Amino acid sequence: MAGGKERILRQRIKSVQSTKKITKAMELIAASRIVKAQQRVAAARPYSEQITEVIRSLAAGGADLSHPLLARNENVSTVAYVVVTADRGLAGAYNSNVIRAAERDLRVEQAKGRSYSLICLGRKSESYFRFRGYDIAASFSGMSEQPRYEDARQVAEAITGPFLEGDVQLVKLAYTQFLSATSQKVVVTQFMPLDTEGITDAAAASDGPEAAYEFEPEPGEILSELLPRYVEARLFAAMLDAAASEHAARQRAMKSATENAEELIVKLARIMNRARQDSITTEIMEIVGGAEALRQSSGEGVDYLPDTLVSRHILPDHIDPFRMSGAKRQ
Amino acid sequence: MALQVELVSPERILFSGEAEMVVCRTAGGEIAFLTGHAPFLGTLGIGVVRIHPEGGGEVVKAAVHEGFVEVKENRVIVLSDVAELPDQIDADRARRALEDAERRIREGDDTDAEAQLRRAHVRLALAGA
Repeated sequence: MAGGKERILRQRIKSVQSTKKITKAMELIAASRIVKAQQRVAAARPYSEQITEVIRSLAAGGADLSHPLLARNENVSTVAYVVVTADRGLAGAYNSNVIRAAERDLRVEQAKGRSYSLICLGRKSESYFRFRGYDIAASFSGMSEQPRYEDARQVAEAITGPFLEGDVQLVKLAYTQFLSATSQKVVVTQFMPLDTEGITDAAAASDGPEAAYEFEPEPGEILSELLPRYVEARLFAAMLDAAASEHAARQRAMKSATENAEELIVKLARIMNRARQDSITTEIMEIVGGAEALRQSSGEGVDYLPDTLVSRHILPDHIDPFRMSGAKRQ
Repeated sequence: MALQVELVSPERILFSGEAEMVVCRTAGGEIAFLTGHAPFLGTLGIGVVRIHPEGGGEVVKAAVHEGFVEVKENRVIVLSDVAELPDQIDADRARRALEDAERRIREGDDTDAEAQLRRAHVRLALAGA
């Protein structure tokens, strides 16, 4: 039957419409979460700024900045990668961008003959690397959308441990920086040993100890308390940035999915209307054809209208008086 | 001149404003800061930070579980990864944690349980329960 195509199209339109509802809802949720995530990024900033400030004061106060977390090792044999991704997809290229950047960097290090150690944050990076047969040292999940400080602390522990034991000499962090709601950037940066050049430079610039600090306890002890917190704060900041980026990426992806669905609905509706029109036309033709066939079989003869009506057609016995008289005269 | 005080945790700023005096517990014991205090840098234990506002208003108290305090040029910065104001403390949870810690200590558990006990004590004291 001709209605079959139309019915199938109607079903497809319905399914696209329900998909559109879902993507629209996800878009709105992501949009509201971006704002919250941005606020969290902003709220976390004072702490990491102040902790940097304290380290600077420690350096300025004449404390000896030597600590395993700061120790640069020239012979790097193992590089650890901390890859911050999401637990879920549906965020455009968000996950694959981070993963690809990390993998590219990892290949470069491998080419230098260094081995690697992977720490995956978020289910997406874990499944990617596991599927490709990489060794995963540790993986964390269930925190990518709303990371808490407690999460950062756990991850920091997993990173700091191997570094302090000397199994890993360099730690790199791959995550997405949140620049604005429309612009995010994937970065792969050195995370450990901690980069304190800026801090020690500032201390050197201030011409020796600027003020006689009272330390309680010893500066060295404070430093060894302070640096792990610094690591956590930096990691936490990266995780918050990544979360905000994730929501932004998801919002964008879902927005274009919704637009795409709308377009598809319009296109399908047009095809459906044409199909309906076609089937109506076909039906009319069938009715007309059927009626014609019926009349023919009941012996009514061919139904036609002559182009010009001549009297001869109506009165076959008609005698043309002029022609007749002429003939008689001859 | 008043002290400029900031109490900061990784997730937010708990207090920011002027105060007359700040009292906290460092590794060496309780210490109070007034204006004109010499530059100071220390670690905090598990305890209560008290911020006395100028003119004798209500004292702001916060439970901190380790952290740092820096004093410089009449600025007091308290950093703590776990810091809570009284209304943020879940007294029931703290009480449960207290019981749990006491049980663990009786069973001969380590310093971990002791820290938990101290945290629970501080929280309960602050929550007034």
